This record gives sequence, structure tokens and C-alpha cells, in this order.
Amino acid sequence: MFDNLSGRLDKVFKRLKGYGKLSEENIQEGLREVRLALLEADVNYKVVKEFIARVKERAIGQEVMESLTPAQQVIKIVHEELVSLLGGEAQGLNLAGQTPAVILLAGLQGSGKTTTAAKLARWLRSKGRRPYLVPADVYRPAAIEQLTTLGKQLDIDTHPTEPGARPVDIARQAVGKASMAGLDTVIIDTAGRLHIDEALMQELKEIKEAVKPQETILVADSMTGQDAVNIAKSFDGELGITGVVLTKVEGDARGGAALSIRSVTGKPIKFIGTGEKLDALELYHPDRVANRILGMGDMLSLIEKAQDTIDKKRALELQKKIKKDGFTLEDFRDQLRQLRKMGSLEQIISMIPGLAGKMKQFKHMMPDERELKRTEAIIDSMTLEERRNYAIINASRRKRIAKGSGTTIQDVNQLLKNYAQMQKMLKKMRKSKFKLPKGLMPF
Amino acid sequence: MGKTNFFSRLKEKMNKTRQGFVRQMDELLLGKRKIDEELLEELEEILVMSDMGVATVEEIFDEVRNKVKRHELQDTEALKDAIKALIQEKLSQPSTELTFENPEGPFVVLVVGVNGVGKTTTIAKLAHFLKAKGKKVMLVAADTFRAAAIDQLEIWGKRLDVPVIKHNPNSDPSAVAYDGMEAALKRDIDVVIVDTAGRLHTKVNLMEELKKIRRVMSKKIPNAPHEVLLVLDATTGQNALSQAKLFNEATPVTGIALTKLDGTAKGGIVVSIVNELQIPVRFIGIGEKMEDLRPFDPSEFVEALFE
Ligand SMILES: Nc1nc2c(ncn2[C@@H]2O[C@H](COP(=O)(O)OP(=O)(O)O)[C@@H](O)[C@H]2O)c(=O)[nH]1
Ligand SMILES: [Mg+2]
Repeated sequence: MFDNLSGRLDKVFKRLKGYGKLSEENIQEGLREVRLALLEADVNYKVVKEFIARVKERAIGQEVMESLTPAQQVIKIVHEELVSLLGGEAQGLNLAGQTPAVILLAGLQGSGKTTTAAKLARWLRSKGRRPYLVPADVYRPAAIEQLTTLGKQLDIDTHPTEPGARPVDIARQAVGKASMAGLDTVIIDTAGRLHIDEALMQELKEIKEAVKPQETILVADSMTGQDAVNIAKSFDGELGITGVVLTKVEGDARGGAALSIRSVTGKPIKFIGTGEKLDALELYHPDRVANRILGMGDMLSLIEKAQDTIDKKRALELQKKIKKDGFTLEDFRDQLRQLRKMGSLEQIISMIPGLAGKMKQFKHMMPDERELKRTEAIIDSMTLEERRNYAIINASRRKRIAKGSGTTIQDVNQLLKNYAQMQKMLKKMRKSKFKLPKGLMPF
Repeated sequence: MGKTNFFSRLKEKMNKTRQGFVRQMDELLLGKRKIDEELLEELEEILVMSDMGVATVEEIFDEVRNKVKRHELQDTEALKDAIKALIQEKLSQPSTELTFENPEGPFVVLVVGVNGVGKTTTIAKLAHFLKAKGKKVMLVAADTFRAAAIDQLEIWGKRLDVPVIKHNPNSDPSAVAYDGMEAALKRDIDVVIVDTAGRLHTKVNLMEELKKIRRVMSKKIPNAPHEVLLVLDATTGQNALSQAKLFNEATPVTGIALTKLDGTAKGGIVVSIVNELQIPVRFIGIGEKMEDLRPFDPSEFVEALFE
């Protein structure tokens, strides 16, 4: 079930138990798995090569720490290297200097620039700034209307761009207008363009020259494949970007493009876009992206979410209780209730190691409203003893429970099957090095 | 559109994009090199860099290595042909031709995909393509969600001089789709193309919405949609496979349009997708204009990769 890196490495290193040191031979196979994981995550081939070389150098000759298996040790090194390559903690935007400050957004077609412009405006306003949205995509049909509509939704001023105007003139004019209106941050949305389109890249350079933005942001799709290096290299080379926003991160892409972009530009990733809604913009955290690239899910984001919604004290109690008595059906019911409060289940699932992309498979384990009610009814119809020890629930008990809850025996069977599966998952997670953080229950 | 014309335009467009790829292939293969492990690895690298996916590339090269072992490949030329043939094999499947013909009424195309891949633009291109074939085309603006998405389709409709059926922003997309079917019947339309909002394949509720759109359409026109076209962006890496799988589960996908092949991305992942899901690629997009759509031909695609 967990086809992530730690699971794979564990397998590889099983044979190697007892080795005191990581040697060239014994990590070779492990590194092959790391390489595959990175390639599957869309990290660029050449970037992977360099990365593996670095990890190897660091790993060889290291004493295997007693508390760690060799697999865990390699993962630790891989993880550390990844995080360091992925850059420091989120810095937000650097808008010191001229007023109004100018942010220029650039990127390929369909990467999410317009939505990101609106999200940034909203974020900046929440930080006390007065943003001005500037549609400068005069090419794509209705691109101006799109940003104007978003501006209206947010109640943020939007520049009345003339469809026939030149983008450079629009940008220059907009900055003047913002200045007069006392708005302090101009966000320029530009047309999507291919990095090899010389005429359009020139246009961007001219805009940049004209308005001297403090931030020139490359908006890149997190689903981008091997080409991410070419895109990032060109945009950075031509424009000199100051940072990156990675979009559409809420899907199940592993996001190796982040690593590719970082390693060819060295520029910070500033934000990630996590949804179509205008509040779905988060500061970038390298460790989370690292986990995701390695297929370990985005546990930290999940925890944060959980902490926002889950009653901490209760969660801790539950955790203690689970340690003592195991994960009972009662806890299961509780968890389902808690989870419902956390928002959309698919969003949550997509952040969990190994589950991303397996929605279908897990959908039946994650009941919807109706199923939840049924689940509750079923568990309610069990005796305390049954809830604590599901193994005793034999055929006649199942019949009774189904009758009592107004469900069918199949429903009861299904629930018990799901529960058993979760038990297994929980065991796995307990064993893995990546401990479940406080306050978060593996459901 | 003559074949040579298509070929040369495709090549011309792709040339820009393939430079790296092609140059590398040529260097490797024309330099009369020996077939050795180093050469094989370099070739593997090229395919991985096309986003084909490690699993598929390894499959191909397992086979190639076997052939090498059996001394079936005499020189680099034969090696190149063998690789091409293997890719092409994966790209071919019992293809159901896309005729755009429905003797009983309008032929209905439902266009789906994640955000920003080029659905609306592809629809415009497709309408242009069909009009040139003498078809009476109608567009349906069932992306009621994204800001100004309806405007975008309407502008294309005006440029192309084809009618666009629409409702207000944020209205129920199935209701628009239903009206679209009704209007198409009434106006004796040949092909109706339904635009939908971009949605990430992992969003279960949005996938359910697609199913509903589909159901509603088939109530009005039996067997509609006759084609569910999944639009994929060539820039996308391995995630395209997940997109294809989940869209296919939600509403059986009958064809793929691969866009943005005018960039430097190669779209190699379609090889894995076609191979695994047996869904044909129908069209490729090579630009932002209405003319920039081409029928997909596996042999030409593979040829263009290697030339
Ligand atoms: N270069 C290039 N751009 C494309 C192609 N197809 C679509 N686009 C652009 O991609 C962007 C998103 O397209 P759109 O049709 O709005 O995507 P949708 O959100 O899927 O409907 C627009 O800027 C299009 O002009 C293509 O084949 N090549
Ligand atoms: Mg659209």
C-alpha cells in the first residue's frame, strides 16, 4: 500500500541488516530506488544524477546509527539533502524600495498566473497593503475580463486595461495610476508564453525595464515534467526572476519540478497554490515539498490542518488511549467525525503518504455524509465489548448489528473490513520512522 | 490538408521543440557508434527526458537489450529503428476512428481536463477544423465556474462564426449542457462541443459533477457524448497518467488531445497512457491559433521525435 520511498528502501535494506557501515556496495541498490522515486516524481534526469552523486558521497562510510536502520539512514540523508536543495523557509515577498511596489508575474500558458495574481492581491491586503491588479494579457480571449472579475470578487481595484494597448504601456500606465490612487502594490498579470518565444520574451523584458519590479515571479505548474528545467532556465536567464510560485499543488502530482526549478535557478519558491479558491495560497515549506517528492505525503500540512480543527485535548487523550488499548471501533467513529470537520476528504487524503492518487481505492474507506451516518449507526449498535475487540464479532453478532442499525450484513462486513485495513495501516505507520505527529490520528 | 503539408508544418513547429532531442539522437546515432551499455544509457536518458516515464522506458530497453544480446541489431541504425518500433507498438491500439458522424442526430463531444491544459482553445481549434470539413458546429459553455470562461468561449464563437449556448456564470453546468443538446437538436447541428471547467482529477465531487453532465446529455441525445476528449498538456510529467486514469474512471475517455507541443516539452507520457489505458490520441495542439490543431498519427509522432 505504501509505495513510497521509505517502504521501498526498507525492502532493499532488509538484506543488509547487521552492516555497521554504509558502504558503496550496500547503498548502491538503495540509491537506485531513490533515483527511481525522484524520476517518478518528475525531477529532471540531470538534476537527479547530480543529486544522487551528492547523497552517495555523504552516505558512504557513515556509521549506521543504532536507532536507525540503514534504509532510514539513507532516507535521512536524502531528506536532508532535498530540504537543503529546496531552499530555506518561506520568506514571503520582498517589496522594499520604490512605492508603489511592483510584482510581475510570468510563466507558460495555463500555469495559473491570473488566479495567482488575485490570490497574491488578497494575501497582500491581509498583510495591510493596498494592491492594484493589472491585467496585461491582451492576447488570450477574455483574459482581461477574467482578472477583472476576480478583482471584483475580492473588491480589489483592477486596472481598466484597454484590449488594444501594448502590455508595456499598460504596465507603465498602471503604475502611475496606482501611485495617484495611493495604492502601494501593483501586481501585473501577463500573457502566458513559451520560453522559446523570442518576441514575447522580449516583451516581458521591456515591461520589466519599464516598471522595475521588486519581484519578478515565475508561476509554474507543479505537474510540470522534465521540461521544468528548460522553462525555469529561460525565464530566469531572460528575465532574472526573483522567485517562484508553484501552482495546483492540491492534486496528486509529486512535484519534482520544484527541485528541478530550484536547482537550475537557485531562486526561492515563495508560495504554493492549493486550490481554485482565492484563499488557497500558502507560504512554501521546503520540508513538506521534500516529503511529497519522496512520496511521503505532506504530513505537516495535514497536521496543521488537523490542529486547526481537531480538539487538541481530545486528540491527545485519544492518542494515549490508542497507545494503551489500540485503535478501537469507537476511536474509528470518533476519527471519522473529526475528519469530517477538517474539510474535503480528498484534500486530506491527497496529503497522506501513499494515498495520494489512490482516491478511488480509498473512497470506500472514507464515507460520505450518508455513509458516515450508517457507520455511526452500525458502531452504535455494537456492544462495548465488540467495539473494543472487533475480532469477536462473528456471524450471528453481525446479523444482530445489521438489524439493530437498520443496515445490511454486507454493510457491517464492509465497515469491519475497512476498519481492519486501517488497523493495518496504523501498524505500518507506527513502525515507520516518520512518526505520527502529536495531535494527529491516523484514521 | 495534404499529407506533406501537415508533415512539414508539424516538423517545422516541432523542430524548435525537438532540437535538443533530435540533436542528441543524431549525435548518438549518426556518429557510427558501437552499441554498448553507454550508448543504451544515453538513449534511455533521452526517452526519460521526454517524460515517457521510467517504467515504460525500462520496458522498452529491456526488450532492446534482449535484442542486442541476441545480436539482432547490427548497427546504431537498426537500434534506432528497434526503439522506434517499440514506442510505436505502445502507441497503437485497436483504434476506433473519430468520424464526428451521428446518423441519428448531432454528434456530441465532451471536453474535459485539469485546469489550464487548453480545453477551451482546443475546442475553438476543433470547431475550426470541423467547419472546414463543412460541418455545422455549435459550442456549449459548460465551464460556468472559472471567471470569464464563458466570455472566452464566446469570443472564439464570434471569431469562428459558430453559435455558443450559455447560461449565467456559476449556474449549473449540467443545465447548460442540457440546453445545448436541445438547441443542437432544434437547429439541426452536426457537431456540438461542450466545454467544461478545469478540474483536478483528484476532486471526487467535481468528478461526480462530470458524471452528472454526462447523464443529463444522454437524456436528451441518446448515447451522447459520442466522444469524451481528455485534453492533456505536453508540459505535464508523470501526473498526466493519473489524470488519464481518474478521468477515465469518472467518465470513460474515448480520446486524447495533447496540447502545447510547440514548446520544448515532448509529451512522452502519452506513450505510457495509450499503452496502459488503450485510449487513442486524436489531436495535437501546436499553438494558440485556431489553425494550430493536427490529427495525431502515431508513426508521424514517433518519426518526429527521432528526426
Ligand atoms: N503554446 C500553446 N499554448 C496553448 C495551446 N493550447 C492552449 N494554449 C494556451 O494555454 C492557455 C490555457 O488555455 P485554455 O484553453 O484557456 O485552457 P483551459 O483552462 O483548459 O480551457 C491559453 O493561454 C491558451 O492560449 C497549444 O497547443 N500551444
Ligand atoms: Mg477553459
